[in-house]
Amino acid sequence: MRRRINMTVGLLLVSMLFVLMLVSLFYTPYEPNAMRIADRLSGPSASHWLGTDNFGRDLLSRSMVGTQTAFLVGAASVAIGAAGGLLVGSLAGYAGKWADELLMRATDALLAFPGILLALLLVSVFRPSLLQTILAIGILFVPSFARVVRSGVLQQREADYVRAVRAFGAGHVNVLFVQILPNIASSIITTAALSFSTAILIEAALSYLGLGVQPPDPSWGRMLNESQTYLSAAPWFTLAPGVLITISVLGFNLLSDGIRDARDVRA
Amino acid sequence: MNYYFRRLFTLALTVVLVLILTFSVFRVIPGDPALAILGVEASQEQIEMLSEKLGTDRPMAVQLLEWFRGAATLDLGTSLRYSEPVSDLIASRLPVTLILALESVAIVIAFSIPLGIAAARRPGKAADLAVSVLTQLGLAVPSFWMGILLLLLFGLTLNWVPVSTYVGWDENPWLALRSTFLPAAALAIPQIAIVVRYLRTSLLEQLNLDYVRTARSKGLGDRAVLYGHALRNSLLPVATVIGIQFGELLAGSLVIEQVFSLPGFGSLLISAIGNRDYPLVQGLVLFIAASVIVVNFLVDLSYRWLDPKIKLR
Repeated sequence: MRRRINMTVGLLLVSMLFVLMLVSLFYTPYEPNAMRIADRLSGPSASHWLGTDNFGRDLLSRSMVGTQTAFLVGAASVAIGAAGGLLVGSLAGYAGKWADELLMRATDALLAFPGILLALLLVSVFRPSLLQTILAIGILFVPSFARVVRSGVLQQREADYVRAVRAFGAGHVNVLFVQILPNIASSIITTAALSFSTAILIEAALSYLGLGVQPPDPSWGRMLNESQTYLSAAPWFTLAPGVLITISVLGFNLLSDGIRDARDVRA
Repeated sequence: MNYYFRRLFTLALTVVLVLILTFSVFRVIPGDPALAILGVEASQEQIEMLSEKLGTDRPMAVQLLEWFRGAATLDLGTSLRYSEPVSDLIASRLPVTLILALESVAIVIAFSIPLGIAAARRPGKAADLAVSVLTQLGLAVPSFWMGILLLLLFGLTLNWVPVSTYVGWDENPWLALRSTFLPAAALAIPQIAIVVRYLRTSLLEQLNLDYVRTARSKGLGDRAVLYGHALRNSLLPVATVIGIQFGELLAGSLVIEQVFSLPGFGSLLISAIGNRDYPLVQGLVLFIAASVIVVNFLVDLSYRWLDPKIKLR
């Protein structure tokens, strides 16, 4: 029962956000960057449902467009992490011995870094931008994907079905992608969902610090940063982006839990 | 002995890899690091001077050896911006961040144990469900936003705590404690959620074991069984989790310090990144990462020491 709830609520929240993102591609109540100084810092009203910011920009429109950045950063960084992890993990699990030991120690070293610290180190190399944020977060995910893939490969490598196809002359690439990968797909998807919510959290933190997504690209973290100056004059300013980050992270966390529970029969 | 030796070897290897990583990050930039810092308008002499100062005019292998030797002797170079040794800057900011993290650990312990017990006592009942909803929320709210909300509620609306006025520990410990309580609480919330989940699982596991049935059958009440037996045994894995969280708290404080304008590692690192003060970024990241690695190592050892059932291999 409990696992059903996780999955259902997770799916519901994520699809809600996804729809919001799709809508924002074609329609927002106002142009998200349109400034109207006369309306600056006005509270929630019929014309501006979530109020306006310090330039009189409509917070609902800006929050909606922020969904695009969140999904873009999430999807792109998870893709980079998964691709890198697949490469490193399969190499380690398949080649074994020295390559395995070396790659696993390297992933250990990367995992020893708390996420945000490694992200900060990586973004400090280039000028802050959307692309750099995606790259930094993507690199951050490589070790965790590599571990999942490696343990899957090690588990399946000696399974009878793999030995059988190999006896029939299947090549390594075939064995890896056609035979082993589908069998470890569910653990990769669980990691991906969890990484998605981590990506949203780290992007928000980086942008809040001014080291992530830069204007005019919309970002919830950036909005939180801007809202802080006007905290006492316009407390609603901080609510919309914060609530949206929370909903996204909650949605992907629940989804990840739900997938894991569905797979793990004992849970 | 063999176990300790092996564990120590892995520790050393991890630290070396972290050293190489922090070293190479600023050397993989295409072109001259000095040029990257100064920008394209800089004159040739300026670039040469900075290269000499940074040591980037020497061969890469020499630079790496210098970096290793410096790290071993706690000489992490000189900050470009402050013209002070990086290690001195780290030492001057350490108390703020360290105490913030320790305060968070205290809050985590104080809140997670009662909540975990409440959830595990009647699994599936109202208290358990409420705790489970709260932990999911606690994990989802970004701690820096929680910090902003706490600031809004307790600082600006209720006026319970001073806003953005940091008082040093050496000046007035009570005021210092008050001014770091909100950031410490904001940092603690996601970690409380994690510990509560661990404690709940671990308690439920213990409550299903034979010794609990034996204790019940000899007539012990629920409370005696819970506090006298099950809780003790389930706290062990929880202690490890709390130890490992120390690193997360240290890293989380980098962001939360900006919310509350605390003069710790966070503001130092962010300004160093903004100023392209590479030696400072490098040294600070190395210091934080190395502390996390060492703390995790100590937690690992203490776990084995606390639980005699675990054989050292």
